[in-house]
Amino acid sequence: MALLTFKGGVHPPENKELSAKAPIREAAPPKQAVIPLSQHIGAPCNCVVEVGQEVKKGQLIGEPTAFVSAPVHSSVSGKVVEITQIPNAMGRLVQAVVIDNDGKEEWAPLQDNPDYMNLSPEELKEKIKNAGIVGMGGATFPTHVKLSPPKEKPIDVVIINGAECEPYLTADHRLMVENPEQVIEGLKILMKILGVSKGYVGIENNKPDAIEKMTEAASKEPNIEVKALQVKYPQGAEKMLIKAIIDREVPAGGLPMDVGVVVQNVGTAVAIFEACRYGKPLIERIVTVTGRGVKEPGNLKARIGTPIRQLIDECGGFVDNPKKVILGGPMMGFAQFSLDVPVTKGTSGVLVLSETEYVSSEKYGPCIRCGRCIEACPMGLMPLMLSILSEKGFYEDTREYNIMDCFECGSCTYVCPSKRPIVHHIRLAKSLIKR
Amino acid sequence: MAVTNRDQELVVTVSPHVRSDESTAKIMWTVTLSLLPAFAMSVYYFGPRAVYVTALSILGCLFSEWLVQKMAGREITLSDGSAFLTGLLLGMNMPSSVPFYIPLVSAFVAVAITKQLFGGLGYNIFNPALIGRAFALITWPRAMTTWFTPTAAFVAMDAKTTATPLGILKEEGMHKLLEVFGDKMTLYYQLLIGHRAGSLGETSVIAILIGAAFLLYKRYISLHIPLSFLATVAVLTWVFGGKEGLFTGDPIVHLLSGGLMLGAFYMATDYVTCPSVKTGQIIFGIGCGALTALIRLKAGYPEGVMFAILLMNCFTPLIDRNLKTKVFGARKEAAK
Ligand code: SF4
Ligand code: SF4
Repeated sequence: MALLTFKGGVHPPENKELSAKAPIREAAPPKQAVIPLSQHIGAPCNCVVEVGQEVKKGQLIGEPTAFVSAPVHSSVSGKVVEITQIPNAMGRLVQAVVIDNDGKEEWAPLQDNPDYMNLSPEELKEKIKNAGIVGMGGATFPTHVKLSPPKEKPIDVVIINGAECEPYLTADHRLMVENPEQVIEGLKILMKILGVSKGYVGIENNKPDAIEKMTEAASKEPNIEVKALQVKYPQGAEKMLIKAIIDREVPAGGLPMDVGVVVQNVGTAVAIFEACRYGKPLIERIVTVTGRGVKEPGNLKARIGTPIRQLIDECGGFVDNPKKVILGGPMMGFAQFSLDVPVTKGTSGVLVLSETEYVSSEKYGPCIRCGRCIEACPMGLMPLMLSILSEKGFYEDTREYNIMDCFECGSCTYVCPSKRPIVHHIRLAKSLIKR
Repeated sequence: MAVTNRDQELVVTVSPHVRSDESTAKIMWTVTLSLLPAFAMSVYYFGPRAVYVTALSILGCLFSEWLVQKMAGREITLSDGSAFLTGLLLGMNMPSSVPFYIPLVSAFVAVAITKQLFGGLGYNIFNPALIGRAFALITWPRAMTTWFTPTAAFVAMDAKTTATPLGILKEEGMHKLLEVFGDKMTLYYQLLIGHRAGSLGETSVIAILIGAAFLLYKRYISLHIPLSFLATVAVLTWVFGGKEGLFTGDPIVHLLSGGLMLGAFYMATDYVTCPSVKTGQIIFGIGCGALTALIRLKAGYPEGVMFAILLMNCFTPLIDRNLKTKVFGARKEAAK
């Protein structure tokens, strides 16, 4: 059977073998958790705790101030010692609550619901909202917002994104292998909330064990299908995933709901299950710690607010001197200055690139118009023109080449033989024409 | 762009953090490599002069590139292989009989003027090797159309001059061509292996095809331009190329002669000077084919590949501007 996919894209070395076989293990809770109050797209939270206050695990510490926002909870029990500003993964300053862990692991009261499938869609949605769940693939869009489409956009399909197309990352892979039932339960909850009768799980074909486990878990669900996808980046981008699985094309500038689809990541599905079943807020997630710059790559279940330095230490520490530390994958992740940056809801990986894996992107040549970037662009854009125009300062002209449809996947930059920093040029132009 | 953190020595740059191992230099040198069979055949047929002419042309291109970059204070980029490749192609586009100053001067025109004065690699409008050759043809029309007979003997000192198959076809017609070569099958065969008069590297169709197949396999070129180019020439020469009326032309002779194969696979596909979108490339190829057929059948020159490609080079910016890609999710009405 031909594998499902989209047009364009690239296939960088997968490097997943470093951590694909490592079972998920629990990372030690941080001695001190640094929990940002803005870990999602949308309005930052209001701090609802004070310095000196005792908090329990799972207790609300940040309250949403708008609809597009998500509450934040403490990931440890202990005492608030500081409320401060820290740079987040993108280097922007955000407010954060610093909590000294007392090691008691005392939970705030949680509401258990063995009968969660009989809750009403509204009740389920409320639980997801209160648990502070956001898109855990990296986009961090508040999940309850996606589950509240306007009346005129009926949803008929829910897709669970198990593509994990970023090289190196294996967090979703492990989750599907180890917890397939929970992923399916999460999907069923989503389908119930949206009143949808068709659910899919899309998985890249380089994870045969995950496909097998998920197919087995879905075997009792006539409405759920597991689909094998061609291994190609960015297969896990929502628009590409929808195109591959049900052949619908999200209109330019539009959202998946414009074609009746809601996409959620594997980790998010599990979080949804835990929120509805156990009332558990989102205070931990699976993080792949990998790269040839770290001694024992693995998949850790880490508390939100754990400094990445600690995760790296738990994986045996650095091999020699690392060249780059990236939050997320190598294609779209963010290089870090400091190892003090904490794990947040969107941290899918900590990638430590060694000297051998590191590629300098300092020097680049002129565009030789080879067209490789055009072939690679999943959005059907002409990256070469965006790059050339931006480089020359003709920012406004990039509109003519649909610059706003670029989602900065990096495929064009990956393939460019001249090593042009196309994404960098595009970001620059985008930021300058917005005004 | 990169910033280094003093404490950890961590490099911070924008994504993506991995790059493919493709590079401009790798592409240029691979294309150069793929021309080896055709170059070898030129030496086989035309002897040491093939080596001299090609080497001078390459040296001329390298020197011109170095000179202009040095004078302009730009970075010296000889190692990217593009000047070498231009030199090789230029040399392969010369008759074996040319005086040695011709490849040198043409190389200067190709690289210093056509390429570097327009801003260097990536900015030139015209294919540098073809401009070099066009300049030579116009400046030294006699020398550039004096063809030695090919001879398999490596030490052919008693070279005689002769006309190219296309020249014979144009002046005297198909019957004369058959007279010279014997029967049709022999004619096709000799054209295929390249045992005929012509520019150094253009004669051996089979050697060119081997190189082109390698490039296709490596995906360094695609079939869009060569196929539309060749198909257009075939159809037009078949329909209009015969002396006995419509549909009596011999497209096979036309496909196998002149600089068509070298032009279609190596000159028209030059990244810098051809359109970058596939639909545009097909139009470009058809344009090249139509102009080639027009010149071969109706104009003063027996061969038209060079001028056809150069003329189409002019249209490349226009084609690129008007034939954009289809944006994912673009509504039909909105798409151009
Ligand atoms: S132009 Fe944007 S969407 Fe297209 S490949 Fe480049 S980064 Fe990806
Ligand atoms: S891949 Fe690079 S060199 Fe090739 S056309 Fe795109 S920007 Fe130009």
